[in-house]
Amino acid sequence: MLLVEAIILSVLAASTPLLLAATGELVTERAGVLNLGVEGMMIVGAACGFAGAWVSGSIIVGALCGIVAGMLTSLIFAFMTLGLAVNQVATGLALTILGIGLSGLIGARFVGERITTAPKLSIPGLTDIPLVGRILFGEDAFVYLSLALIIGVWWFLYRTRAGLVLRACGDNHVSAHALGYPVLRIRMLAVLFGGACAGLAGAYLPLAYTPFFIPGMTAGRGWIALALVVFASWRPGRLVIGAYLFGAVTILQLHAQGAGVGIPSQFMSALPYLATVIVLVLLSRARTGGSTAPAALGTVFVPDR
Amino acid sequence: MLDPGPADLHAQQPLLQTVGLTKRYGDFLANDEIDIEIFPREIHALLGENGAGKSTLVKTIYGLVQPSAGELRWQGAPVRLSGPAEARSLGIGMVFQHFSLFDNLTVAENVALGLDGKEPFKAVSARLADVARDYGLPLDPKREVWQLSVGERQRIEIVRALMQNPKFLILDEPTAVLTPQEADQLFVVLERLKAEGRAILYISHKLDEVKRLCDTATILRGGRKVATCNPKSETAASLARMMVGAEIKEVKPPTERRTTVPRLVVNDLTLAPAELHGVRLQNVSFELKGGEILGIAGVAGNGQDELFAALSGERLVKEPGTIIIDGLACGNLSITQRRKMGAAFVPEERLGHGTAPRMRLSENALLTGHAASDMVRHGFINAAATLRTVDRTTETFDVRKAKRDPEAASLSGGNLQKFVVGREILRAPAVLVVNQPTWGVDAGAAAIIRQALIDLASAGAAVLVTSQDLDELLEIADRIAVMFHGHLSPALPRADATREKLGLLMGGASLDQKEAAHAAGA
Repeated sequence: MLLVEAIILSVLAASTPLLLAATGELVTERAGVLNLGVEGMMIVGAACGFAGAWVSGSIIVGALCGIVAGMLTSLIFAFMTLGLAVNQVATGLALTILGIGLSGLIGARFVGERITTAPKLSIPGLTDIPLVGRILFGEDAFVYLSLALIIGVWWFLYRTRAGLVLRACGDNHVSAHALGYPVLRIRMLAVLFGGACAGLAGAYLPLAYTPFFIPGMTAGRGWIALALVVFASWRPGRLVIGAYLFGAVTILQLHAQGAGVGIPSQFMSALPYLATVIVLVLLSRARTGGSTAPAALGTVFVPDR
Repeated sequence: MLDPGPADLHAQQPLLQTVGLTKRYGDFLANDEIDIEIFPREIHALLGENGAGKSTLVKTIYGLVQPSAGELRWQGAPVRLSGPAEARSLGIGMVFQHFSLFDNLTVAENVALGLDGKEPFKAVSARLADVARDYGLPLDPKREVWQLSVGERQRIEIVRALMQNPKFLILDEPTAVLTPQEADQLFVVLERLKAEGRAILYISHKLDEVKRLCDTATILRGGRKVATCNPKSETAASLARMMVGAEIKEVKPPTERRTTVPRLVVNDLTLAPAELHGVRLQNVSFELKGGEILGIAGVAGNGQDELFAALSGERLVKEPGTIIIDGLACGNLSITQRRKMGAAFVPEERLGHGTAPRMRLSENALLTGHAASDMVRHGFINAAATLRTVDRTTETFDVRKAKRDPEAASLSGGNLQKFVVGREILRAPAVLVVNQPTWGVDAGAAAIIRQALIDLASAGAAVLVTSQDLDELLEIADRIAVMFHGHLSPALPRADATREKLGLLMGGASLDQKEAAHAAGA
């Protein structure tokens, strides 16, 4: 296997959890809700996903456990911010702290255990094509799923009426309410979708990336996913580019460090974040008009009746 | 077209009727047993001061608010509306006062959101263009709303309502943000809708408009219906009396005041917008003498807020000489320094900008008064002095409140506005810059505030009043200039400033050269 091929394969693997989590957060934020608890929902998804797979011996059951765990965690957030109108930033941060603690509790029993990771696709003939075969036809199901999901989200947001209503709630919840749309219900569904995606992204780590669970194994990926949504200026197409760019920078800096490039490793590790800042500055300078962020993002809505 | 009805509209069944409609919020009765009948082919005015219960009533009719008691009858049959979608399916349309539009969505998307969603999006776009052309309300379906003017935004609302082919259309203060010419165009559309057999419920403060347009008027006061009448056989004064429930003090017209030296001078002020979708101020210049009130007219969002920010020092300009207060260049000085020079500022938004809503009045008095008064001594707050300011403002401007020093948010709009304006006037400023002094204020409070502004100018101060209410400016200002797209027109003396001329300027037309030269020389 060539080095380039190996690097690309590892980039795809590293990017997939970022793409999954960011896809969910993009939908949540498009509905006007800022859920900073992605990291917390991911790590709970990782612990429950591993537990499910270990107990049942099935990767699919594990992935489903991760999704359900992410949704249940996000339900706490939805109850607080939508039901009780608590500040979204504070609740999101608290959710992350809660998630990290909770995952440690759930996962403690499983530390040190191993499972067989998700199988890679293998199509005789296609997968064996030199160079591109393994990259295009030799991934695990999560990689294909994450791409299908973001395409589905794009189609939903821009081609369906439900997607239009969701964007409307994120742009101006007062108007959406005045037109008779159930803003809080729509936002709750968006938050749950975000939780499901984050849970699946977390479960990907012990089910496909590494064959074991360790506490804190999400290692800040939830925060990168949050940054990615801003980086993508809330657009699905740019999100894919952003996710793979972030994955690439992460992997390349590892290889660069391995190859003994004489740059401090801390600087290399900071590269993905530096890239975010630079892109954000460029985007805001190039902006000709219109708000890139959903206008109602992070604001509390209490309907009067 | 709907069914053509007989000419005598009261011979038939009401299209919509409320019987003893009541809405209670806790102890507060927003609507108290309101009976109202609206017939097809009728433009029915709903009049009342702020807080009289107009909004609650129309929200109930549109299904946004559930009544506590009483019932709604549609074509004679009692109905319970679960929400706006059901109201729309009956044939009730609504054009909101604060537009219910989505800035970052396109015109077509905004319209589609107001429909029931059974029609495919492409069909909505096509039909939108047809309806817009048919009624003479041109709109480009693909543009995003933030790019459009206020008048165009209102067109979206109206077209959206018309696309449901409503039998009954509610318009909440539709002309508040329009130029006189745009309002005339709107009236043509409304007359046509009436001729088509539709009923219209028209909410407005502007009594002349109501007299001109409406067949019937229902007047609310304090949540109760006080009268139903034919506005054409009433006078504006008699309608106002029914709305307020008392005679309104006439504002004494400004007597010939002697103007003194220029006290506020703005030279060629150009300022880039601070925020997205903001307006760029372009070469704004004017001179305001002591003893004079200069009015700035214009449709909202044409740079008035930006001008206020530059004058008050909320935003600084690089060249100090751009803004001169009492002979001192101050373009780069802070708001506190400008206050020390004798200037005072009253922003448009009284809750959140003019006052901190959850702070007491005395604390709010301190917030603008700390620079030039005895409220702060050696860095310590003199609580007695702040309370004295509250008491003096209360007495002089008749501020009604429940206790001596309540939170700002607990005052009604009119009383808080009297406090905010009064707080500055009592400091006897040399220059007062005030933005929308009587916006959303009841007629009684508005009269007190306008009189105070005139008296302040008579005492020798220079007063700059920005307002969207032409009647207000024509009542109190000595000269009137118009703001459009960040440009300020030359000021017209009041005698020359007709509604037509001002309306043209508000729509972006420039007066011909001769007239402009005349205005500049005057």
